[in-house]
Amino acid sequence: MNAAMSTRTVGHTSTEVDRDLCRKFLYHMVMMREIEERIELKLYRQGKVLGGCYTGRGQEAIPVGSAILSRPGDWLTPSHRDMAALLIRGITPREILAQYMGRMTGLSRGRDGNMHMGCAERHCVPIISSIGASIPVAGGLAFAMRYRGESNIVFNYSGDGASSRGDWHEGLNMAAVLDLPIAYFCNNNLYAYSTPIDRQMKISDVAHRVAGYGIPFEIVDGNDVLAVHEAAKRAVTHVRSGKGPYFVECKTFRMSGHSAHDAADYVPSSVREEWSRRDPILMLQKHMVEEMGADEQVFVDLRKQVLDEIDEAVTWALAQPFPDPSTLEDDVYGSV
Amino acid sequence: MAATTYVEAIRQGIWEEMERDESVFVMGEDIAVYGGAFKVTKGMLEHFGEMRVVDTPLSESAIVGAGTGAAINGLRPILEMQFADFMACGFDQITNFAAKCRYRWGQAIPMVIRAPAGGNIHGGPFHSQNVEMPYVHTPGLKVVQPATAYDAKGLIKASIRDDDPVIFLEHKFLYRSVKEELPAGDLTVPLSKARVHREGTDLSIITYGWMVHVALKAAQQLAPEGISIEIVDLRTLVPLDRRTILDTAKKTSKVILLHEDTLTGGLGGELAGIIGEHAFDYLDGPLIRIAAPDTPVPFSESLEKAFLPDLDEIVEKARWLHRY
Repeated sequence: MNAAMSTRTVGHTSTEVDRDLCRKFLYHMVMMREIEERIELKLYRQGKVLGGCYTGRGQEAIPVGSAILSRPGDWLTPSHRDMAALLIRGITPREILAQYMGRMTGLSRGRDGNMHMGCAERHCVPIISSIGASIPVAGGLAFAMRYRGESNIVFNYSGDGASSRGDWHEGLNMAAVLDLPIAYFCNNNLYAYSTPIDRQMKISDVAHRVAGYGIPFEIVDGNDVLAVHEAAKRAVTHVRSGKGPYFVECKTFRMSGHSAHDAADYVPSSVREEWSRRDPILMLQKHMVEEMGADEQVFVDLRKQVLDEIDEAVTWALAQPFPDPSTLEDDVYGSV
Repeated sequence: MAATTYVEAIRQGIWEEMERDESVFVMGEDIAVYGGAFKVTKGMLEHFGEMRVVDTPLSESAIVGAGTGAAINGLRPILEMQFADFMACGFDQITNFAAKCRYRWGQAIPMVIRAPAGGNIHGGPFHSQNVEMPYVHTPGLKVVQPATAYDAKGLIKASIRDDDPVIFLEHKFLYRSVKEELPAGDLTVPLSKARVHREGTDLSIITYGWMVHVALKAAQQLAPEGISIEIVDLRTLVPLDRRTILDTAKKTSKVILLHEDTLTGGLGGELAGIIGEHAFDYLDGPLIRIAAPDTPVPFSESLEKAFLPDLDEIVEKARWLHRY
């Protein structure tokens, strides 16, 4: 709730629970990283994935540290750089790859492309390309929870660019006024496409915009999954207890272009180098080694397990049928 | 039984659906404590409570976004836009999100966006527009505009029960200027059926909203001259009742397409396209469009009168087409 960036407590004695949690974090972060690498560096270049290709490389700690706290009845509105949130909700690499390839068994049945994926059964709203539009939608999901007197909450994800949209402001203000149960996670990755944060806003922190709406907030190191997780726990506890919305700004960096076509030449190389030393996966592994006595072999084995799963999922997805053109006009209306 | 006004019919329809289904709620600006700018939701806060009758900040986009989110999460929202003109502030949420949910991810959005539309109330450029066409042109939305109290009640109830997002346009001039006795009990009007408001044999006027009543006056004025006019009230612009449109064109062979909306890109062009493609051989004269000119809606009485399609213009063009 203060402007100073909160960091995790370090040096404490780790328990088996901590170690399990860290392994879980690492699995989802590595899975997100490797699926996106496979898509961007292989399948996209091979023409097996058409359309755009947007990744969350370097931002994996944010969806992982937060979405892991979600309960089945909660709803999530991930941004386009939060694939791990979907994985945590039980959406499989197979479904994700079929989605990217436009197959019938992809999450949108070929109706929408790449990261525009969600699933009603697993309570994930697919991203809305007009960035910031998910903020009011989160309000409605949360309103329905209050309407029925549930303790479920909404996990909303957006970035720094979204905070310049009117919808972002309208949605946060309405959530505050109506005391809606929403935990907001902002990935401030310093760039909205090519636009740097200082062209996005005159202040240094997105969270200070939230202060104007009377919503409690905090700012964390978004590359440190443990720090994100601790902040997320405070946010979720606050929101679930019926105290209204809570906002967590996660400082991070997009370790890629906006999309596969973007070399991001507009990012100074010094910035890129500084952040590459702060790769969230490497930071977590370092913590596991130094604080928990983990063996490096664990990381090698885990990565192999992930790559095997992805190999299998790619093979499966490539064999999936494309949608039948005769279904083109289906599902525009429920009834006519 | 006392006659029920158009505005009261809408209020009754919402009220009955809220009694019938507790997932139905209303949300908008100034609708709860104040009862709405046009008093459509008057008394609902006291009866249904603040969880189901929700005043919001002045944020149309957030209202539509929240309505859509609530619909995803199991509720059936009725959203009030204070004036149809301001739906533009929620346009992205309506057209880019709500309209596409079913197609993108199989998610139904059972939501009604109510919006007072239309002119002849001296509302000027921001409070008089007929904004149906951008929504008619957006696949995934249904668009409705009743012309009578009976249809207002029947269509609002059917819209609330429908599983697709419905843009429900209420004509402000009709709110208190038309009334009729309504039958007791449940009353719904299907969202896909036009109504032959008046039978005729010589010429058809296909129209909707307030213009139904102006067309009716024209028909009454021309009857003594031996010109028998059939009037079709579309009631629902999406989905369009193509069968009734083509049936009337084939029956009278002369058609006027009338709307209060401006001419270019108005529904008249689409109707002309449908009739031209599917009933060309039946026509005995050109398809005539009567609409407002392509200008913003002016304020001053003399200008607004000149802007709105009026009785004299309809009568004159009907005579001309009848002679053709």
